[in-house]
Amino acid sequence: MKLVNSTLAALRAVRVNKLRSALTMLGIVLGVSSVTVMMAVGGGASQRIQIEVRNLGANTIVLNSGALKSRGVSKGQGSRPSVTLADAQAIENEVPAVVAASPQHNFAGMQLIYGNANWSTLVTGTTPEYLTIRNWAVSRGRAFDREDVVQGSKVVVLGRTVAEKLFGNQSPVGQEIRINRIPMTVIGELAAKGQSLAGLDTDDTAVIPISTAFNRVIGRNPANPRAISGVILKVRDGANMAAAFTEIRQVVRQRHGLLPAQEDDFHLINLTEVMRAKEDSARALGILLAAIASVSLLVGGIGIMNIMLVSVTERIREIGLRLAVGARRSDILGQFLVEATILSLIGGIAGVALGVAGAVAVERYANLGVVLNGQLSLVAMAFAAAVGIFFGFYPAWKASLLQPVEALRSD
Amino acid sequence: MPLVVVSDLTKTYLLGQTAVPALRGVTLAIDRGEFVAVMGSSGSGKSTLMNLLGCLDAPSSGSYHLAGQDVLRLSSNKLAAVRNTSIGFVFQQFNLLARATALENVELPMVYAGLGRRERRRRARNALAQVGLSDRGHHRPSQLSGGQQQRVAIARALVNQPLLLLADEPTGALDSVTSEEIMAFLVRLNEGGLTVIVVTHDAEVARYARRVIHFKDGRVVSDDLNQHIRAAA
Ligand SMILES: Nc1ncnc2c1ncn2[C@@H]1O[C@H](COP(=O)(O)OP(=O)(O)OP(=O)(O)O)[C@@H](O)[C@H]1O
Ligand SMILES: [Mg+2]
Repeated sequence: MKLVNSTLAALRAVRVNKLRSALTMLGIVLGVSSVTVMMAVGGGASQRIQIEVRNLGANTIVLNSGALKSRGVSKGQGSRPSVTLADAQAIENEVPAVVAASPQHNFAGMQLIYGNANWSTLVTGTTPEYLTIRNWAVSRGRAFDREDVVQGSKVVVLGRTVAEKLFGNQSPVGQEIRINRIPMTVIGELAAKGQSLAGLDTDDTAVIPISTAFNRVIGRNPANPRAISGVILKVRDGANMAAAFTEIRQVVRQRHGLLPAQEDDFHLINLTEVMRAKEDSARALGILLAAIASVSLLVGGIGIMNIMLVSVTERIREIGLRLAVGARRSDILGQFLVEATILSLIGGIAGVALGVAGAVAVERYANLGVVLNGQLSLVAMAFAAAVGIFFGFYPAWKASLLQPVEALRSD
Repeated sequence: MPLVVVSDLTKTYLLGQTAVPALRGVTLAIDRGEFVAVMGSSGSGKSTLMNLLGCLDAPSSGSYHLAGQDVLRLSSNKLAAVRNTSIGFVFQQFNLLARATALENVELPMVYAGLGRRERRRRARNALAQVGLSDRGHHRPSQLSGGQQQRVAIARALVNQPLLLLADEPTGALDSVTSEEIMAFLVRLNEGGLTVIVVTHDAEVARYARRVIHFKDGRVVSDDLNQHIRAAA
């Protein structure tokens, strides 16, 4: 009965004092919604990194030909091709931490033709391990195997984008296409991976046996007929990446006959480290966003506090009158507690709703992936509600300790 | 047994370091059914006494028995019940809730008495009818004249059928015609058996009362029976 009365009185007060109620809720709404949006954006950024890491495969080191600096000027990757198939084999044999080495012979912008359709893409000649290292599944048909590499089979596995450009929604498996005018049989299609962090379409590619690429489709590099584009190396899980990196470098330097004073004539990249750096920057972004969100939550909290303090002070006379006509302290406390709770709850729910809408808008219009974090929204809501309830309740609690006439006299 | 018995009641306000004695020992007994006017110059302690009688403030010392009950020893919830059911208080400044209608204002004491919604509404209507405001139930205080607001406040004071009606300058903010209406109404209530204590500066108003108590500097200086009671208009 008493609770019902308090609730009714509180609901009435919320309804009657629309402006005051709206202002109180505004602080809560803004605080909670900004936390929701910020954390969703930060969560989206770190999720993109994680997907990228998964796409690349963990514990990966890439060895590329070239990048020899002469007189301080970099000639760029592959300017003097140096890495050979034998290097790849040697690394796999001599560095125990390396569990797989997948040589690559690439050509970007090669023409693929099927009937009237044509598309130019990155053609990668490689070994079957390539797909394993990159964690890349085949969604239709099959990948090529060792036998295909030994035979130099004219087979190709298409990335999702290429398959779509040439075949639409039809299955490409078993069809014949021409790559650089050479007829090749499509034996499989890769599962979609989506965009890389750099914004490149990972699925815009075609993968063929390295022997086929070397001898027919791409051909040899005139500067060094034995050179390939590079090698992707997979290091054993739990192995020391830095140590493996140094070992690989030593093996390649030795094989290339480099003197200690000479610079590397190849390029070695620890992808895990690159990814870790990106993860770090995503984490920094996340912390920055969290800081902004906390500040706006704090500002919202101060807003709630002000409105609550002002409005309750305004209402001390009302409390005095209610006491004078026979309200118990508990009646007063119940009314103000319920009132502050209702305002905080409505504000919190509206804040989460607005935040979710904001996050969806960011996703749609800024084209940034977002990940909603319900837990953090709840924490923000709880904080805003706690501030609202405390500052709505505390002055009322103090006023209810006054003699009725003291409360009535206040202004 | 008198309804109101106070003995040696004092009240001292503290303003910073200085003590302001507002009541310096008041002893009084008021019987059921009396109509008492309290008079005295400004600052003599009339309001202070009324607030103590209405249990709206606590005295510095002394004792107060209302209907045989030692109210100064009551718990805060019991005291709330006394304010709610035994005492009706009419303020000079009306003290209505600005955002509530006349009916809702009159219902307020019944909310705290735990009465149901329908019963409250019924009794509030009756009380407003008694003060001649049947057609103003849904008006806000700002939509009522001063006299009408004070009548709403009186209806609120009466709605829980108190033993004692306390009015601190109930006509202080009203013109003389309206004042007479209000006083006449209080007289009628007294004739119905209600004990009424009114504070007033106005000798005309005091003439309605059977008994007039004069205050000076926080003390009772005279306590007389009125020889020339005015008939209610
Ligand atoms: N809250 C307070 N704090 C300090 N002093 C007070 C307070 N209330 C009243 N007083 C002092 O107590 C004395 C009595 O005040 P009280 O209000 O009882 O006078 P009153 O007889 O009602 O006067 P008036 O006719 O002007 O209403 C005055 O001197 C006043 O200044
Ligand atoms: Mg006074």
